[in-house]
Amino acid sequence: MSLQATLAGLRKNPKLFWPGVAMIAIALIALPFVLAMAGTAWVRITNFAILFVLLSLGLNIVVGFAGLLDLGYIAFYAVGAYVYALLASPHFGLHLPFWIILPIGAMVACIFGVLLGAPTLKLRGDYLAIVTLGFGEIVRIFMNNLSEPINITNGPKGISTIDSIKIGSIDFGNSTRIGDFVLSGTIKYYFFLLVIMLIVIVINKRLQNSRIGRAWEAIREDEMAARAMGINTTRIKLLAFAMGASFGGIAGGMFSAIQGFISPESFVLNESVMVLAMVVLGGMGNIIGVVIGAVLLSFVPEILRYTVEPVQMAIFGKMWVEPEVLRMLLFGFAMVLMMLFRPAGLMPSAVRKRELTKD
Amino acid sequence: MSGSILEIEGITKKFGGLTALSDVSLAIPEDSIFGLIGPNGAGKTTLFNVLTGLYPFDEGTFSFQGNQLRELTPNRIAALGIARTFQNIRLFANLSAIENVMIGRHVRTHAGVWGAITRNKATRTEEAGIQKRAHELLAFIGLEQRANDLAKHLSYGDQRRLEIARALATDPKMLALDEPAAGMNATEKLSLRALLELIRAQGITILLIEHDVKLVMGLCDRIAVLEYGKKIAEGVPADVQKDPKVIEAYLGVAPEKSAAA
Repeated sequence: MSLQATLAGLRKNPKLFWPGVAMIAIALIALPFVLAMAGTAWVRITNFAILFVLLSLGLNIVVGFAGLLDLGYIAFYAVGAYVYALLASPHFGLHLPFWIILPIGAMVACIFGVLLGAPTLKLRGDYLAIVTLGFGEIVRIFMNNLSEPINITNGPKGISTIDSIKIGSIDFGNSTRIGDFVLSGTIKYYFFLLVIMLIVIVINKRLQNSRIGRAWEAIREDEMAARAMGINTTRIKLLAFAMGASFGGIAGGMFSAIQGFISPESFVLNESVMVLAMVVLGGMGNIIGVVIGAVLLSFVPEILRYTVEPVQMAIFGKMWVEPEVLRMLLFGFAMVLMMLFRPAGLMPSAVRKRELTKD
Repeated sequence: MSGSILEIEGITKKFGGLTALSDVSLAIPEDSIFGLIGPNGAGKTTLFNVLTGLYPFDEGTFSFQGNQLRELTPNRIAALGIARTFQNIRLFANLSAIENVMIGRHVRTHAGVWGAITRNKATRTEEAGIQKRAHELLAFIGLEQRANDLAKHLSYGDQRRLEIARALATDPKMLALDEPAAGMNATEKLSLRALLELIRAQGITILLIEHDVKLVMGLCDRIAVLEYGKKIAEGVPADVQKDPKVIEAYLGVAPEKSAAA
């Protein structure tokens, strides 16, 4: 809340606004170099955190704005990832540039979004959740089995040696040497992702405060009243699915490029649940909240992974609890605490908070 | 009298074995305030729901300014110019008063995803227009001071008025009000009456379901009475008031009559 107040204060005070923005910008630019001192792994983890921010922002449109529960969101990430992999790898011998593939990935994911949306228009709540969950699994199982009779996805073996992103002579897969200064590929991807993330945040913000955004809110609040007020709920819902899916598709494409290898294993139900948890933890419908939720849930498991073992070894001299187990334990504990103290998320949207507080 | 804005012909609506509306025919004159009364369960709200496309109907036709309403979705009907309120208020409770009215402008505006993302000039102009109109409508119903309050925090009477403002935001030619005075006190009813007169003066036909007989009799140009899904009377208030069938429907059989039987 205090962060939100600070941000609101910044916006109202033009004297502090630009210095504030400049400080955040400097921090974001310095971040990968600071992290790189602790190890390139941390920059990589940051990159994946940004990918999850992109996914969460996409899902936030469907769940947070339009109020449609989607448990199969990772399917769109998978679609985006496979589109990139198929169009930029030796698998089909295609090597299209990223600025063609990413939009194609977004479009294909968008089509899948409509494919999921169309049959589920009349479903809500639990029923919608189950169907979307099934959809996510269907997509994954397709990826797993589309190796015969024609080998499209290469099945469970996945697709490897996917092209990295190249802009002109800069290859994001390798380090660039500028004089004595070496810029690693991971750091370059960080900046690329940062730019995409900022664009996506701006788009989300603008969508939220638009005629379309208001229509989404109306549907979430009272679908029947929304229809009676002339909102074409069919179109507006499909639009939410399509927009959310497109962002998932872009994130998937980036995932392919960064990882260089994808297989259906990366797109399991657990990932959908994680993304949903990020949205809910941060605060459905609140863009900054969702970003914070995604960053937290991406980093905490990694921090545990790196600290649990040495800490236990130092204290007890042996491993009592595996990091993986502890993670689940903490997740459960955090969930209970959240339900008790912040049911609307860490930074709930103003509207969501109202919905969840009795008065 | 000018022509009819809405002609209802032989509408029948069955819920399973229950006939909620049976061969109801009405003609709503343009620029009039038309009252629809009847005991609870007579089918008034059902008529509204089939008219505005929320329920499908079994037989009959709705002809609104020459447009057939059969098979049309609620949003298409709203686009044609019929706006409504609900008996059990259905505002967007967690949105502010002004947002509620702005959502009403949706059907008359066009900005899509592209406009929202680029915020081009057309979109900005349209958005400014939406806000201006929403503020005007709030001022019109006297809720300008409460523009940023949540709909659910308004008093009952104010919520009813806000629902009217939201409906007016769709630029309707006909406004269908389902018990707008329910839960209002005497003062609120008076100002509601003045408001409805003002709306009619703007050339908007009003179709009104209401239980407050005094309000209906004083306000409406014509009245139709429903009972058990059938129309039992229609005419100017003075005539309907005297109609023995109507008296019977509301008060039961007159004592002399039952003594004679």
